[in-house]
Amino acid sequence: MSEPAARPVLEARGIVKIFGQHRALDTVDFTANAGEVHALLGENGAGKSTLIKILTGAYQPDGGELLLDGQPISLRDPLHGQGYGIGTVYQEVNLLPNRSVAENLFLGRQPTRFGLVDRKKIDAQARELLSRYGLDIDVRAELSEYSVAVQQIVAIARAVELSGKVLVLDEPTASLDRNEVQRLFEVVRGLKANGLAIIFITHFLDQVFDLADRVTILRNGRKVASQALDTLNTTDVVRMMLGKDVAFEHHPTALAGATRGQVRVAFKGLNRKGLLPFDLTVHEGEVVGVAGLLGSGRTEVARLMFGVDGSDGGQILVDGQPVTIRNPAQAVAAGFGFCPEDRKIDGIFGDLSVRENIIIALQAKLGWFKALNREDQVELAGRYAEALDIRAANHDMPVKLLSGGNQQKVILARWLAIDPTFLILDEPTRGIDVGAHAEIVRTINRLREEGLALFVISSELDEVVAYSNRVVVMRDREMVAELDGDAIAPDAIVQAIAGTPQEARS
Amino acid sequence: MNRSLRPLLATALIFLFAYLLAVLQHPNMLSTRVLGNFLTDNAFLGIAAVGMTFVILSGGIDLSVGAVIGFTTVLVAVLIMWLNLHPILAFAIALIVATAFGAIMGAAIHYLRVPSFIVTLAGMFLARGGASVLSPDSIGIEHPFFTAVQKSYILLPGGGRLTVVGIIMLVVFAVAILLAHRTRFGSNVYALGGSETSAALMGVPVARTTISIYALSGFLAGLAGVVFSLYTSAGYSLNALGVELDAIAAVVIGGTLLTGGYGFVAGTFIGVMLQGLVQTYIVFDGTLSSWWTKIVVGVLLFMFIVLQRLVFRAGPRRT
Repeated sequence: MSEPAARPVLEARGIVKIFGQHRALDTVDFTANAGEVHALLGENGAGKSTLIKILTGAYQPDGGELLLDGQPISLRDPLHGQGYGIGTVYQEVNLLPNRSVAENLFLGRQPTRFGLVDRKKIDAQARELLSRYGLDIDVRAELSEYSVAVQQIVAIARAVELSGKVLVLDEPTASLDRNEVQRLFEVVRGLKANGLAIIFITHFLDQVFDLADRVTILRNGRKVASQALDTLNTTDVVRMMLGKDVAFEHHPTALAGATRGQVRVAFKGLNRKGLLPFDLTVHEGEVVGVAGLLGSGRTEVARLMFGVDGSDGGQILVDGQPVTIRNPAQAVAAGFGFCPEDRKIDGIFGDLSVRENIIIALQAKLGWFKALNREDQVELAGRYAEALDIRAANHDMPVKLLSGGNQQKVILARWLAIDPTFLILDEPTRGIDVGAHAEIVRTINRLREEGLALFVISSELDEVVAYSNRVVVMRDREMVAELDGDAIAPDAIVQAIAGTPQEARS
Repeated sequence: MNRSLRPLLATALIFLFAYLLAVLQHPNMLSTRVLGNFLTDNAFLGIAAVGMTFVILSGGIDLSVGAVIGFTTVLVAVLIMWLNLHPILAFAIALIVATAFGAIMGAAIHYLRVPSFIVTLAGMFLARGGASVLSPDSIGIEHPFFTAVQKSYILLPGGGRLTVVGIIMLVVFAVAILLAHRTRFGSNVYALGGSETSAALMGVPVARTTISIYALSGFLAGLAGVVFSLYTSAGYSLNALGVELDAIAAVVIGGTLLTGGYGFVAGTFIGVMLQGLVQTYIVFDGTLSSWWTKIVVGVLLFMFIVLQRLVFRAGPRRT
């Protein structure tokens, strides 16, 4: 597309945001132009949501400045941002499910007559407003009676009506089907034609190429690139999202000639709604790495394997014997362990001690009536803390006081304590500092050498390459490629993730 | 049909059905006399339940209501009998105190981020204890104004009497219906009950609304106390014990969702009347223990909670 002199509406310059010791954003620049859809991309933890929260006023930056139409502004809260013309629509619609569509559109600015709300006027205006978005619905019905797609459009209508300069769409399509996405995009294109500056956050690359004019890519809190999309293809974008700027280091030494043992677990045609059936075997002493973008279905695979989500079909064999895994307890009984992606939500009991966090899975496996006595607990905790080099002043301190890397090792220790034969790690290096990355990678390598079968999901390609005997690549909720031996190279993985150009691009 | 109307409709049908059954057994119950007594006997409960409706709609709960009623009756009695104030002045002071008490609880709930359950539980002990400190014994109120008010009524066709306290309750309900359904304040109350985060993002003044809601509940509890003192001509610290629970029951039976966001003030009226109906039936029957009221209320409450669960569990129905 030829670009007439783009008019910047909202500009962020040199934004810095620090949480504790972690630099979530490091001198990031971002510009939203009028009449343009600007996509913001990045893996989890790249700083996308932090940047959005700063742009909308939910967070205040620790450095840098925001400019609206060239004037510096500082936003107290999202409401303040709305007043400046910056409206946001979130993935989970932030409207009132219990009120009518019309009231959701007009709450806070209802026309009144004699001090009483003029309902007829509100309904009429709401109908008129929504008709501009191609919606002809009963505006007096409760919002929750409509699909998420309709709710999204209502949310957009409200945001545009109230704000009207910048529209931030934060993963609006995550729970929409294909037709609904197209409907939403029609609305967004109309707004773009009206000169609104639109910021679009998603992890669906095809949607980015479908809708956006410009893309900014963040990685580890830094801006990697910001350029017009017509100069890029999918591979470029994936490379920028996942890759280091320098060439990847390959670690074939660790793996060359690694002898793998017998088949430990085999998944045959395992599937679930929204996830295509897959076959996978993992051997003793083997690490199978999983690469793929956020939303490609990698976490879903792990949850399915561990019985967190029930499967719709397929078979699981452990050491050649079929087993039934419908819940995590059965998975543990089959010798599985699972370190989930977000340890703060799914993994760590922050207020419990290091020792309690380590023994909890083992205790669950033993059952209520075989309580571990204190000496056993101390001994176990001590053994694993030493084996994994968990650095805590003592093992009775609450886990939440430990650093991210040490918390991750506590979870690892928890699962190692049940003596698993198959361990699933979902993003084991997420949110921990770079130095600890190497240590986790070393730990994974050592566990492999000890004969464990591991299934490791990671967005860090160089790490996947460093510890995997095989790499499975996922795209659009499907295992699309399996790389083995010498074929495991970051470039090959990037190619596989990007895949053939999506139809949106053809 | 708006699905939050369904529990209301169910309540109305149950009330009509129950009234029909009662009348079939005791034809005398179909008279304006009984109706007038209904309103008079349940006035204080109805007024307090209106305040409770707003609180529950916003997603909170107010356990202090009964205690505030008790406290108000004692305060009114003390002001009139010991300090010789005119009842109207005593009422005004009592209402201001009750409103301020509610506002302070609202502020504590909002600013200290303490659940309303806990704050109003503390308020309940404070008000009940405060009443006992003022006077541990019952104080009889004798004043010409009281006698005059108690003797005033509008004669209904059929010999029923619409008393002053009955009229006060009806006016409170009428104003509350307008306030809940036709004002911005009402919209904000429902918004808080729907989702406080969304409401704040949509520009609802959360602090002001929360404080107003509990101030309103305090004011209406105070008014219920005034009505109670007119009804019984006495102030006693143990008056209206557990009325907050009757009020909550009336609100829920009236079709308001206990978790907030859905419901109608008019439903609360039917909820109160339904409780009154059960009591009246027991009086007419003459052989039943008055505790049957509690049992019937308990059964109704359980039914409505199940009903709401069924109605509100359904997901989106249109696309």
